[in-house]
Amino acid sequence: MIALRRFFYEFSESFRIAYAQIMANKMRSVLTALGVIIGILAVTLMGTAINGIDRGFENSLAMIGYDVLYVQKWPWANVDDWWTYRNRPRIKTEYAEQINKIIESSRTTELVVAVPQNVHIKTTKFGENQIQGTFIMGTTDEYPLVAQVDLQEGRFFSSAESLTGRPVCIIGYDIADALFPGISPIGKTVQIGNAQAQVIGVLTKQGKFLGLFSFDSQIIVPIAFSKKYFGETENDRVVVRMKDKTRVLEAKEELTGIMRRLRGLLPDQKDNFSINEQQAFKNTIDPIKSGIALAGLFITGLSLFVGAIGIMNITFVSVKERTREIGTRKALGARRRTILMQFLIEAVSICLVGGVIGLLLAYGLSVLIAFTAPDFPISFSLDLVLVGMITSVLTGIFSGFAPAYSAAKLDPVVALRYE
Amino acid sequence: MKMERQILRPKGNLVIRIEGVTKEYKMGEEIVRALRGVSLSIHRNEYVAIMGPSGSGKSTMMNLLGCLDTPTSGKYEFNGKDVATMEDDELAEIRNKEIGFVFQTFNLLPRSTALQNVELPLIYAGVPADERRERALAALESVGLGDRINHKPNELSGGQRQRVAIARALVNNPSIILADEPTGNLDTKTSADIMDVFESLYMQGNTIIVVTHEEDIARHARRIVRLRDGLIESDKMMLEEDFVKV
Repeated sequence: MIALRRFFYEFSESFRIAYAQIMANKMRSVLTALGVIIGILAVTLMGTAINGIDRGFENSLAMIGYDVLYVQKWPWANVDDWWTYRNRPRIKTEYAEQINKIIESSRTTELVVAVPQNVHIKTTKFGENQIQGTFIMGTTDEYPLVAQVDLQEGRFFSSAESLTGRPVCIIGYDIADALFPGISPIGKTVQIGNAQAQVIGVLTKQGKFLGLFSFDSQIIVPIAFSKKYFGETENDRVVVRMKDKTRVLEAKEELTGIMRRLRGLLPDQKDNFSINEQQAFKNTIDPIKSGIALAGLFITGLSLFVGAIGIMNITFVSVKERTREIGTRKALGARRRTILMQFLIEAVSICLVGGVIGLLLAYGLSVLIAFTAPDFPISFSLDLVLVGMITSVLTGIFSGFAPAYSAAKLDPVVALRYE
Repeated sequence: MKMERQILRPKGNLVIRIEGVTKEYKMGEEIVRALRGVSLSIHRNEYVAIMGPSGSGKSTMMNLLGCLDTPTSGKYEFNGKDVATMEDDELAEIRNKEIGFVFQTFNLLPRSTALQNVELPLIYAGVPADERRERALAALESVGLGDRINHKPNELSGGQRQRVAIARALVNNPSIILADEPTGNLDTKTSADIMDVFESLYMQGNTIIVVTHEEDIARHARRIVRLRDGLIESDKMMLEEDFVKV
């Protein structure tokens, strides 16, 4: 009990002394803290960038859909025998209908619905404004079942419009922004390649992730329309929604079986199609992502390390300067851990002050960046504050320990005689 | 008011018992034998001066008495406890509870007030804040500094600083007050004042050990132990005619 009480008294006394010490050496403390400020600022900004990349990545995954399988000619993973894939027959959009029939007749299916996608890149125009390389996707009215479709304005096309291939389209936020600056695009007719379609809906802004594809710059049209005017392509695919995203393997197996049946493959023949899902995509991206994070944190961590050396240096100086004081304290009954704690608290205090200032600066900068460059992937979070504070404390302990230990170990006789 | 010598030594319990103590230091290649077998006993409510020229082992003696250091060989019992073989932190506890130090250079903490300086040993003893303040105030008042409690050392005169240091030495009710050249940095007048403080502390029943090389200062004590070349040269009770009234 008394030991615990003594610890608290010594602890608060150490804080009082640390405060007095910092106040008595303002310039020195500020300069030393500057190293930590820069270090924490760098690490935290890197943290916001990693956060931002993560979030952008998650957004992209959400766009792809967590519970959907893509039947495509090419796998998403890297391939080395390019030629065999090149020679695969393309995925016909009619498969979607056939798959749906099989799903309907099956009782134990893992699948919900299959939706075809006929994809093209075209130049789009409205009046004077034009966009090259717009991503055009022909699909059915069931598309909202396999992807996230949030409309800012208007509506999606109906089943009748889909079947008859009515010249209507839903445009992404960036398309609306570029082709119809300041006016509502609904009801306007937009030129897509050599065809024309009336805008009936506008998607809400989804934001983009670094260079990855964004749905903000795509146009969705009925598949009958896109096939009629632009034809079928090598990139056509069928997107199939699963019942349960935790049973991906079973769903994949079932879909593979259906596709082999449709393709009429014999048991000894290899699949001539690929079933892709976001996990495969994740598997490719994850190492890159963590590579960026590691390299970034290592480099910014170096600046924090330099800051820590500054703290260590100044704590050594402080111990040297106050050798007599240490001797006096020991003569009055301070034990080793009391002295150790006192100097650790001093080092940690400077680091904490530096850390708080660094975090404030990082927050300010992230707000500024978000304001001036909204597409830059940056995201400040409460986790970062916590991590930043813990890092500052650890930096203080790390850099303060050696000098504090040397102070604690001092022989009181030598320390008292020190000039 | 002539007093008999015997009346001047109404000795209480044994506080310090040193027997055959030696202390050796390594100075480079050479071994320095600072103490070569010293035996000494000090009882409660004695007023002892330890004297000697430089190199006599006086400082080493003071470090050992103050439990700042341990002997190379020999016995040292403090209030019956064997301190010769104690570890650092155990010694720290003895210093905190049993010994009040007064230094030549005062050794006050520069950024703490008089009150905070006096409270420091109580912090290390784990005394609660209220009681700490009360006892520190009482100690400061007993040395006549009740009106200077919130002054920092640089706002006090040399004599006042030494009074704060004495208050700090007193505050934890130690078994001995150990003063190392307490007037070495003070002028004659202030020195006399400080010696008066020690005198009144002695009269109140405290045990006082003063380490000094000044005869004038030593003459305030009731017993003078002289060291030379690491040995006790003489150990005399003061006769009343030698005893100066300041």
